Amino acid sequence: MQPVATTFFFYFLSALTVLSGVLVITQKNAVHSALALIFGLLAQAGLYLMLYAPFVAGVQIILYAGGIMVLFLFVIMLVNLERAQKEEQFNKQWLVGVLAALALGGLLVAVYLKGGQLFPQHIAQPVESSNTQEIGVMLYGNYMFAFEIASLLLLVAIIGAVVMAKKRI
Amino acid sequence: MLDYITSYLSSNTTPGQAGNVFWALVYIMIVFGGVSVAVMAMNWLERKALAHFQIRLGPMRVGPHGLLQPIADAIKLLTKEDIIPAEADKFVFWIAPLIILCASFTVYIVIPFGPTHAITDLNIGILFMLGVSSLSVLGVVMAGWASNSHYPLIGALRSSAQMVSYEVAMGMAVVSAILMTSLNKTGTGTLSMIGIVQAQQSQQMWFIFKFFPLGFIAFGIFAIAMVAETNRAPFDLPEAESELTAGFHTEYSGLRWSLFMLGEYAAMIAVSSIAVTLWLGGWLRPFPNTLTGDTWDLVFSLIPGLLFLGLALIAFVGVVRMPKHPYFRIQTVGLAGFGAVLGLIGLILFIPPVRDRIQDIFWFSAKVAVFMYLYIWYRATFPRYRFDQLMKVGWKVLLPVAIGVLILTAIMGVLL
Repeated sequence: MQPVATTFFFYFLSALTVLSGVLVITQKNAVHSALALIFGLLAQAGLYLMLYAPFVAGVQIILYAGGIMVLFLFVIMLVNLERAQKEEQFNKQWLVGVLAALALGGLLVAVYLKGGQLFPQHIAQPVESSNTQEIGVMLYGNYMFAFEIASLLLLVAIIGAVVMAKKRI
Repeated sequence: MLDYITSYLSSNTTPGQAGNVFWALVYIMIVFGGVSVAVMAMNWLERKALAHFQIRLGPMRVGPHGLLQPIADAIKLLTKEDIIPAEADKFVFWIAPLIILCASFTVYIVIPFGPTHAITDLNIGILFMLGVSSLSVLGVVMAGWASNSHYPLIGALRSSAQMVSYEVAMGMAVVSAILMTSLNKTGTGTLSMIGIVQAQQSQQMWFIFKFFPLGFIAFGIFAIAMVAETNRAPFDLPEAESELTAGFHTEYSGLRWSLFMLGEYAAMIAVSSIAVTLWLGGWLRPFPNTLTGDTWDLVFSLIPGLLFLGLALIAFVGVVRMPKHPYFRIQTVGLAGFGAVLGLIGLILFIPPVRDRIQDIFWFSAKVAVFMYLYIWYRATFPRYRFDQLMKVGWKVLLPVAIGVLILTAIMGVLL
């Protein structure tokens, strides 16, 4: 099937991502920031879809937008927002900020100008209809070791959280 | 233009896969309208069935046997004053019901009512459904927080804790069903909703009976978790009226409140469709492999029409039993008209081309309807859980059992 209005959707989703990213740091209310972050993550899932990676998009929605952000909101709602609203939103370290922004911006421009060789010349044509199966083969075939290490790390994190949170096991 | 419209009719896929925007829009409108009508019917049925469970009559005044009650309710809700509390966060308060509504209606684009009767067939179908339906908890949390009031906030906290906990057990149960789709010659499974039903067809078995009792246990876990996911009794702690008035939507009124109700019922239908697709053979008719042959095909294809004729018969019995007093004349005529419409639909369903095309949709809807009735039955039967009991059931019973079933299914799949 031929994609419809690809350019429009790319700019639309990118604009949505950037806009919500800006809103995340400028909003004074923490809940509003979290909501903006959710919209940003959803727009990102749309971008993954446009890159013919439906599985990654689905995981993005189910994990980030549906799971992690709910926990974020859960915590934020229990925090005293009254005090947070009175605090200053931006600190005075503008010199460091400008330097960091310049460095990152320079990196971005450098990648944009010289990064052409880093990527393969031809555009890869991923098969959308077997995307999930291919990811499965990759994870449990080529990258089996890395995958298992990552899951072990998560297991350690879970046990650590239980040990730290519970006084008497 | 006309060619574009007619070209889809000869293709044998869903409009989304054929890339036909026109028919996709038509399907979307049909599904949206159908779900809205189903929600209204469900509303009436719930009040009526609950009343009969409790030896009451239920709605009787608006239309014969209260049949027009949902319409009257809808008009009442639309014309009610729309109140936003003064201290509420206006934007979040405004957007929360919309998020719930969008989340519960978006999942319908992958629900397979038949091999070609779906809006589209995504490669990540079931993952998409679980992901998007889990977004509705955001709407609940936002509604509870934005109301800036005590009961809604407690309701929202309960709801988010409950939905996050039960999602885990639900996901494990779903994975064990998806594992069963890979038990074919090539060894590759599928996440696509249509593919899952086709796998059940080719394995000649609904997954609920696969590796008995493993499939059955996984189905049971899903059936429990889906009630908790949709915040229905006996897991309706987020809206427990004896403790929290109405939970997260206490401060909502009028149209916004009705959007919450619409979203809740649409989500109920959606999760029931997941259960039907994964374990109960989706659109397949009962016994597609044992009772084969032209005779059985004909017998099963007549059932939709006969069902509607039966409903018409019930309506006409109601007409005969209606009191003869002139005060009831309009109601009697209305009920007779309703019965006539049902009978006409039944007769239309007997026409061979309609009969063939409608069959898969009928069986899918019939299976979903059983689940919808079960929801009402649960509500009338079970007392509400306490919150610590709810968490105990979710984390200490359902999750370990689901993981155990998953491991056993994997072992069985390797051995057989």
